[in-house]
Amino acid sequence: MKESTLNKIRSDFPALNQKINGRPLIYFDNAATTLKPEVVTDSIATYYNSINSNVHRGVHFLSQEATDAFENARISIQKFINASHSHEIIFTKGTTESINLIAYSFSKNFIKEGDEIIISVMEHHANIVPWQMVCEEKGAKLKIIPMDDAGNLIIEDFENLITEKTKIVSVSHISNVLGIVNPVKKIIEISHKYNIPVMVDGAQGIVHKKIDVAELDCDFYCFSGHKIYGPMGVGVLYGKEKWLEKMPPYQTGGEMIKNVTFKKTTFNELPFKFEAGTPNVGGVIGLQAALNYLSATGLDIIYDYEEELLKYAIEKLSLIDGLQSYGTASNKSGVISFLLDGIHQYDAGTILDKLGIAVRTGNHCAQPLIDSIGISGTIRASFAMYNTKDEIDKFAEAILTVQEMFG
Amino acid sequence: MTIEEIENQLVEEFGLFDDWMDKYNYLIEMGKSLPVIDEKLKTDRYLISGCQSKVWVSAEMKDGKVIFKADSDAIITKGVISLLIRVLSNQTPDDIINANLSFLDKIGLKEHLSPTRSNGLTSMIKQMKLYALAFKAKMSK
Repeated sequence: MKESTLNKIRSDFPALNQKINGRPLIYFDNAATTLKPEVVTDSIATYYNSINSNVHRGVHFLSQEATDAFENARISIQKFINASHSHEIIFTKGTTESINLIAYSFSKNFIKEGDEIIISVMEHHANIVPWQMVCEEKGAKLKIIPMDDAGNLIIEDFENLITEKTKIVSVSHISNVLGIVNPVKKIIEISHKYNIPVMVDGAQGIVHKKIDVAELDCDFYCFSGHKIYGPMGVGVLYGKEKWLEKMPPYQTGGEMIKNVTFKKTTFNELPFKFEAGTPNVGGVIGLQAALNYLSATGLDIIYDYEEELLKYAIEKLSLIDGLQSYGTASNKSGVISFLLDGIHQYDAGTILDKLGIAVRTGNHCAQPLIDSIGISGTIRASFAMYNTKDEIDKFAEAILTVQEMFG
Repeated sequence: MTIEEIENQLVEEFGLFDDWMDKYNYLIEMGKSLPVIDEKLKTDRYLISGCQSKVWVSAEMKDGKVIFKADSDAIITKGVISLLIRVLSNQTPDDIINANLSFLDKIGLKEHLSPTRSNGLTSMIKQMKLYALAFKAKMSK
């Protein structure tokens, strides 16, 4: 990326202009949430300051404006991930709600006692617990795809897990702990051989890879707005029409109905069937602004730069004695996870914070993965397009300071 | 010494550091010198699990006073524990129950007590007070 482009990007994110504990903020917790460019917050302010009407309801001018903006955003997102129809885009609160929606609605019609659901060992709790609940309720079984020491999912083992009772496969696109990019295309191909649908948890995938759901051929893809420079509280569930049509509503109430009498209610069509109540219109408009910002900056430029940053960080950190990295497979994106010999991750994170560096420490809501590695947590640094090599240099220096303090 | 006197003493000790790094180095030293809890006590019974660090705490009653022992897998957490033990151990159940522990705020370590930090310390203080309550109930029987 050209230096001028990088400087322009950095100037678009006001949160970068602050000091933490007297030092310029180095924000390496992007996998938890990215900072927001001003165009996003501006778009939300504009919505509330001028349009602020409920969608799909009023005949008045502003309501029409709100509805147009909301439905335009749906089309933008459809195009961004290359879905076939805009009604395959369902707005939710975030990835977690998207997965809960699928687990609930899919299992209602397609999972019965004795059936099997496959997930992987590296899932975030949000892609474990909803399926566990389904298994408990229906008497179904949860099966786990294992990984090798470098963090690669073992595909041969995956194929062996499939039986005629397997009803759905749900895997993350990119591990939030290790940054490993999973072979989702391969998993989808194998699953489809047996007519099993696949849900991809794209919480981390959406921001680091060009997502083309048509090319991937996934049946469901979920992501959150706030991890792709958009606002919190808005997310997307993409689902193939053929599945969404056959799934019952998740929540009920206003907007999602066609006709209500005290005897019987009929439901609205897609996508409204899955969008009960007043949606987060401001959030959806903010998300659209974020995607527009990314497209205008140039997706390829961003992805290339992020790859360069990650490579640089891996190289820099490999020079530090007593630093143990996890998830060393080559196909990585955006995230590095590591520990320092003899130093607890909480201690390291606390001192890094004092040095103005925001990282995440702990089990990253993926306890089974952390347990399977046999550690109690990691220090995770995750990068975004506004981070710089200079920040990574400072990070490496800060790690040396941490080692000195606890040595 | 009373809880308040020890708290004042700690505020004074920490007042000597103008630099956060010196303060944390001191805390790390205190964490390292905390008498290690008997490995036998490091069981689930005494474990308070935060998602960031683990804390073990046990208590016994001696001559009307509560003696606490505690440990953590993280040194900074251990450092804060050593301060809490200095303040709360060897005090009467009533004094422990009523302690407000404002010294942590005064020495700039309050952030470690935020429940969102999930390092087990907030639960540890709650647990220490619960021990004191239990001993008090036992005494009045």
